[in-house]
Amino acid sequence: MHRLIPQCAALLLALLFALPAQGQGAAVPNEQFMPVPSYRVGPYAAPGTSLYGGFIDYLNLVNVRDGGINGVKLTWEECETSYSVDKGVPCYEKLKGKGPTGASMFNFYSTAIAYAVLDRAGADKVPLVTIAHGRTDSSDGRVFPYVFPLVTNYWSLNTDIVRFIGMRSGGMDKLKGKKIVHLYLDVAYGKEPNEILQKQAALYGFETKLVPVPPPGTDQQSQWLEIRQYQPDWVIVTGYGVMNPAMLKAAARANYPRDHIVGNFWTGSEEDTIPAGEAAIGYISALINPAGKEFPVIQDIEKVLYTKGLGNMTDQSRIGTVLYNRGVMTGIITVEAIRTAQGKYGKKPLTGEQIRWGLENLNLDDKRIGELGATGLIQPLKVSCADHEGGGAVKFQQWDGKQWKVISGWIQPDKKLVRDMVEASSAKYAQEKNIQMRDCSKGG
Amino acid sequence: MLYREAGQFKTSYRADQRIFPILQDRVVVGALLLVAFVAVPLWGSEYLVSALLIPWLILSLATLGLNILTGYAGQFSLGTAGFMAVGAFAAYGFQLRTPAVPLLLAFVLSGVCAAGVGAVFGLPSLRIKGMYLAVATLASQFFIEWLLTRVGWFTNYSSSGVINAQPMVIAGLAINTPPRRYLLVLAVVATLALAAKNLVRGRAGRAWMAVRDMDVAAEVIGIPMLRTKLSAFAVSSFYCGVAGALWVFAHVGSVDPQAFDLTRSLQVLTMVIIGGLGSVLGSFLGAGFIVLLPLFLPSVLSAVFGTALRPGLLPNIESFIFGALIIFFLIVEPQGLARLWQVTKEKLRLWPFPH
Amino acid sequence: MQFFLEVLIGGLLSGVMYSLVALGFVLIFKASGVFNFAQGAMVLFAALTFVSLEERGLPRWGALLASLAIMLGLALVIERVVLRPLVNQPAISLLMATIGLTFCLEGLAQGVWGSVVKGLDLGIPDVPFDVKGVLVSQFDLFAAAIAGFLVAVLALFFQYTRVGRALRAVADDHQAALSLGIPLQTVWAVVWAAAGAVALVAGLLWGSRLGVQFALSVITLKALPVLILGGFTSIAGAIVGGLLVGASEKLAEVYLGPVLGGGIENWFPYVLALLFLLVRPEGLFGEKHIDRV
Repeated sequence: MHRLIPQCAALLLALLFALPAQGQGAAVPNEQFMPVPSYRVGPYAAPGTSLYGGFIDYLNLVNVRDGGINGVKLTWEECETSYSVDKGVPCYEKLKGKGPTGASMFNFYSTAIAYAVLDRAGADKVPLVTIAHGRTDSSDGRVFPYVFPLVTNYWSLNTDIVRFIGMRSGGMDKLKGKKIVHLYLDVAYGKEPNEILQKQAALYGFETKLVPVPPPGTDQQSQWLEIRQYQPDWVIVTGYGVMNPAMLKAAARANYPRDHIVGNFWTGSEEDTIPAGEAAIGYISALINPAGKEFPVIQDIEKVLYTKGLGNMTDQSRIGTVLYNRGVMTGIITVEAIRTAQGKYGKKPLTGEQIRWGLENLNLDDKRIGELGATGLIQPLKVSCADHEGGGAVKFQQWDGKQWKVISGWIQPDKKLVRDMVEASSAKYAQEKNIQMRDCSKGG
Repeated sequence: MLYREAGQFKTSYRADQRIFPILQDRVVVGALLLVAFVAVPLWGSEYLVSALLIPWLILSLATLGLNILTGYAGQFSLGTAGFMAVGAFAAYGFQLRTPAVPLLLAFVLSGVCAAGVGAVFGLPSLRIKGMYLAVATLASQFFIEWLLTRVGWFTNYSSSGVINAQPMVIAGLAINTPPRRYLLVLAVVATLALAAKNLVRGRAGRAWMAVRDMDVAAEVIGIPMLRTKLSAFAVSSFYCGVAGALWVFAHVGSVDPQAFDLTRSLQVLTMVIIGGLGSVLGSFLGAGFIVLLPLFLPSVLSAVFGTALRPGLLPNIESFIFGALIIFFLIVEPQGLARLWQVTKEKLRLWPFPH
Repeated sequence: MQFFLEVLIGGLLSGVMYSLVALGFVLIFKASGVFNFAQGAMVLFAALTFVSLEERGLPRWGALLASLAIMLGLALVIERVVLRPLVNQPAISLLMATIGLTFCLEGLAQGVWGSVVKGLDLGIPDVPFDVKGVLVSQFDLFAAAIAGFLVAVLALFFQYTRVGRALRAVADDHQAALSLGIPLQTVWAVVWAAAGAVALVAGLLWGSRLGVQFALSVITLKALPVLILGGFTSIAGAIVGGLLVGASEKLAEVYLGPVLGGGIENWFPYVLALLFLLVRPEGLFGEKHIDRV
């Protein structure tokens, strides 16, 4: 039989499938477009639904209650990424040019997708916001002008955790001779803290052991047998998704005291502890935002949106959970960055490049946070040209079987140590990719 | 009416052995190549080029690789992604450690590395068959993933295990815009597809097919089992390796070994089966179906349902419909899309007189 | 020594958990030659259905019976809609169809019941007790007992009932069975229903350990090496294979892991199975298969 060269038919197919570029109306609407690359199916559907539900609810609140940001309405479009790079990259390409001025910024809440669109975002001049995830060394704004790992990164977090353990042990000098295990999901995300933990071990004289959990981490028996044999004083956990409840169950079966396990902020939500049942009682985790509905902003959302049926969450019992509140926090930061940019470029729809300036000059102080009704929900943030992280502090919380209880104030990171490592790593990246570093002393 | 071969006589063996013996096919293929090489880079939107065509072409290449192994040589494998990972990390290594090696040669060499690894993991195929072999190839999948994660040398001791593709330069020209990356991918894929087409028509392909149809019988008539099976593994892995290298360099830019996990292997296997076992064209059709459909579905569904559904339901409906379509196509044509296309062509030749 | 024992026992018991998933595969493969990739999705669907029904106020036994009924209904639908039109197609097309089915079931499960991670407490504490310094979990023992019970029931069913005999006949030779008047469709519907029931049991046990969530769908992967070791067609093989895989991967991780850098338990059982297959290509309990030209 005659056969066609492969390209032809398939290309035809592709052309049929390819969507024509969205045409823009003649009059520019007074709208700011926000892409929402959410994940509501797949293994991470549970966290994704809360994170992006909270995010959309806050955007909607700003529209309904305040009539937008200084009169500029927010619009958004969801695109399902399923937490996978294969779908995340097309989502990025699809949404980046939408709206009158293009996408404001992207926040994938997926380290792998963030890595994959890092170069693209820089080339397209669209800010990539990676709140508490993504590439740690992208905190160096000189090398990564368009990447914003706001609030905190994994290295700052690790110094926070070590400091917390030090406090619990009665002073940093008491760490000498202690044994700390790092139990982590064996992917890029999980490995981030290893290097700094080893540095800190040398610094404070504690012993450390790295125990990888093969993804997805459903079975951790051998890891916990290893830990039991090693008899550490503390276990630091970097996990996500199903690994977390499995970790708590396995720890219970190995008889390891749960109040000596400290998870990071992706290892400490209701989705992690409730399935583990009693095994989770006493477990401690870091947080960048607490759970709870007592914050005025969350109450506003319930009052303004949910009483009118405008809310995004189908399951309203998840409002006020750790991850939902994280979505709201993300919304606050996003909106405030746009507001900051409007202060410079005018109260109109802005481009990604202009919003980049807003992100870089974002200054959320206690007063502003209070005005937003988010005192205690979010830490003060001051971003600068060189420092794209802004905050760096975390609190700690403990699960009492029903809810998370905050057990510490904001604990600040070891900025010097983290910064040195960030600069060394970003310099290496700049060299690999032939990037000219920005000179931050020149401003803007 | 238009598609009729009457009057096209072959007067030489050369003419008889052409890939496209029919004039109309040659015209259409020529036109499509023209569109692909000229029109798309000139006028294609960035979304079309960098979100649809590039991943589709690269995964088509991987599918072609697996199709050589599974469709032509009859050996099941679930290790495809592992071999892609070898190619990706090898290409990175060549660029990093031997910058003098030109990019295209580095791609070829990374394919060769993958071929070597593939041949080694193909050894069990001499003794294990069918579904057992498929699961046994999982060993290679998990082992490679683990090795790349665990040994720092492969990732240049990156603390997170992620590699960043170096900027691509060919003969002084920087391949840094979507159309350029697309052209590079297209050129590589077209060349390799042509090579595959000729390979499977030739001696090697016939030996593979003999082994596929019945390996004991093939051995009896004198086809060397060791060489044939291992060559199938090696060639297949070569294609997968190049695809992996392109995936990192021309598509995503930076990956960790988990980008090539079992899900990817299964995805490629799905493409092979949906497209049609033992068909070069099918590899492209199958990859198109699996890559493009999930991107196309949401637009259709949101057009149908609008905003009437509660949030979160739509992606689940997509997943359901995607699965249902796979089953539907299997029921309609278990031999894959390529077979469907062939049937269409048969009908077209007779049209408008079906008898 | 004590530690070795603990690792060994822990490994054996977690192997039982793998066997539970593998059992469903074996049932279907034995009777219809279909490698049912959707078994994991069935586990997810079953567990999610159970928990959601219970959440909606059904008593535990009611929810159990209702979800059992739903799983049986699902099996009938799958047989009717997916398998029947694909009779006599090559094994790989059938495998593909079950991959498609996986997407369908995952979408259906999360679409209908939502994506919230749910806790499931079966009332059996997952805490260890101490036997001469070796920690053994009560829950694991319970799971092992359930698995043993299931295997016994299935074995009796296959051996002594009329349907069971028909099933074995079909497994041996489709055409011969058909020509003897055994209704192939009924037999298939029965095995899928049985596999659905096994999925429910596996889903409850795994769900109470991990929480009822999407990840239940990927525990399929843990069942694969069990299948190669035990053979695709042997119920006893699924159990023995599970024990072997569980014990070997834990021992390897604990004793070889630190030398090789850890995280080796993902591939170790496969390599073990591979080596094993080189010696015995049909698995531990698989049927010997002779090629004739």
